[in-house]
Amino acid sequence: MTVLSLIQDLSSGMLTSVFIFAATVVFSLPLGLLVAFVRMSKVGVIRGIGKVYISILRGTPLMLQLMFVFYGPYYLFGVSLSTNYRMPAVLIGFALNYAAYFAEIYRAGIESIDPGQYEAAQVLGYSRTQTFIHIIFPQVIKRILPPVTNEIITLVKDTSLAFALAVTEMFTITKQIASHEASMVPYIAAAIFYYVFNLIVAFVMERIEKRLDYYK
Amino acid sequence: MSLLQIRNLKKSFGDLEVLKDISLEVEKGEVLGIIGPSGSGKTTLLRCAIGLEKADSGEISYNGTCGLVFQNFNLFPHYSVIKNITDAPIRVQKRDPKEVYEEARKLLAKMNLSDKENYYPCQLSGGQKQRVSIARALCMNPDVLFFDEPTSALDPELTAEILQVIKQLAAEKMTMVIVTHEMAFARNVADHVIFMENGVIALQGSSDEVFDSKDERLRAFLGKYNDLG
Repeated sequence: MTVLSLIQDLSSGMLTSVFIFAATVVFSLPLGLLVAFVRMSKVGVIRGIGKVYISILRGTPLMLQLMFVFYGPYYLFGVSLSTNYRMPAVLIGFALNYAAYFAEIYRAGIESIDPGQYEAAQVLGYSRTQTFIHIIFPQVIKRILPPVTNEIITLVKDTSLAFALAVTEMFTITKQIASHEASMVPYIAAAIFYYVFNLIVAFVMERIEKRLDYYK
Repeated sequence: MSLLQIRNLKKSFGDLEVLKDISLEVEKGEVLGIIGPSGSGKTTLLRCAIGLEKADSGEISYNGTCGLVFQNFNLFPHYSVIKNITDAPIRVQKRDPKEVYEEARKLLAKMNLSDKENYYPCQLSGGQKQRVSIARALCMNPDVLFFDEPTSALDPELTAEILQVIKQLAAEKMTMVIVTHEMAFARNVADHVIFMENGVIALQGSSDEVFDSKDERLRAFLGKYNDLG
């Protein structure tokens, strides 16, 4: 098997992995902010719901959560979904899981902002929404970029867990070729893929950090 | 005309009674200085007056709007100097941006900061930051401007530039309430002075009346400052 045909075979898996990655980032970042608000609610019950959500999603394996999302509708509610549900189930599982981690990162960021910022905004007449959107959140983003980068790099590697639901991403295909060819080379190719992917992620995040470097 | 009236203000934090029945009035164009030892309730009084703390009981009535200059400036670090000053008038007061920018530039000129318009707070000295925060408060066109120990976070050599700015505002008949530890300054710039101790107004009157008073508590308090000898 030539390197070229190997790459050709792997390429559809690469695309699937990149897709899972991108969709998870797009869904889990806003969802995480929502969970953070729930977690920080002044109402005890709501706050409790946020705590339990985060505790469960951080405390159990993502692979198990994917199983629950995929098989849950059938075993719990008797709803049978087609095999087309595999990819949506992966995306739902990833988004719910990563939202829990992002929620705690947002919370740490929001709580690290000096109360004086809220007071200054209040004295100047900003509404609570205006204060959050214009004064607090931009500062939060700058502060949470390093831990968010960490989480996103983990996500790149976690995309391989989609094989648990037989979604043919990078890792699934690698295993197939490797066993078919009885060769180590596909694994090396996969390792290079994940590594280069993360190099790009780290590079992009660093650029974003630099762009926010104009203030302290 | 009195711009601000406070009647029978009380405030406790848990078991600690910080303000015990405070009443005062601020007339238009007057400068009120509030002095007293740490923990006497000065800052809490100011924070209640401006609405950052909720009083337990009592009345606060305004005849106009108020602004506040913080001890720690509390500038918005992600906004440039000019944006710090113009954002609230434009976004909150919905004033015409062009007019707001003109006013902001005039204020910056007055604060000797014209060349710093596009700087960010992290690029400024403490004294410059405090002047920006004064400009930010003034650009809202408040009827009363409160100062919460405006020089306490500054090095002594930077204190003078802030006191100079406040003196200039007093000369322009800006109504101000100033909590301060700068006794010579309070005596010099304030029309009226309130001396607070343990949550009550222990002494009040014209600045000369208070600073020349023979009241023992006041003499003991002033004795801790060297600047009055």
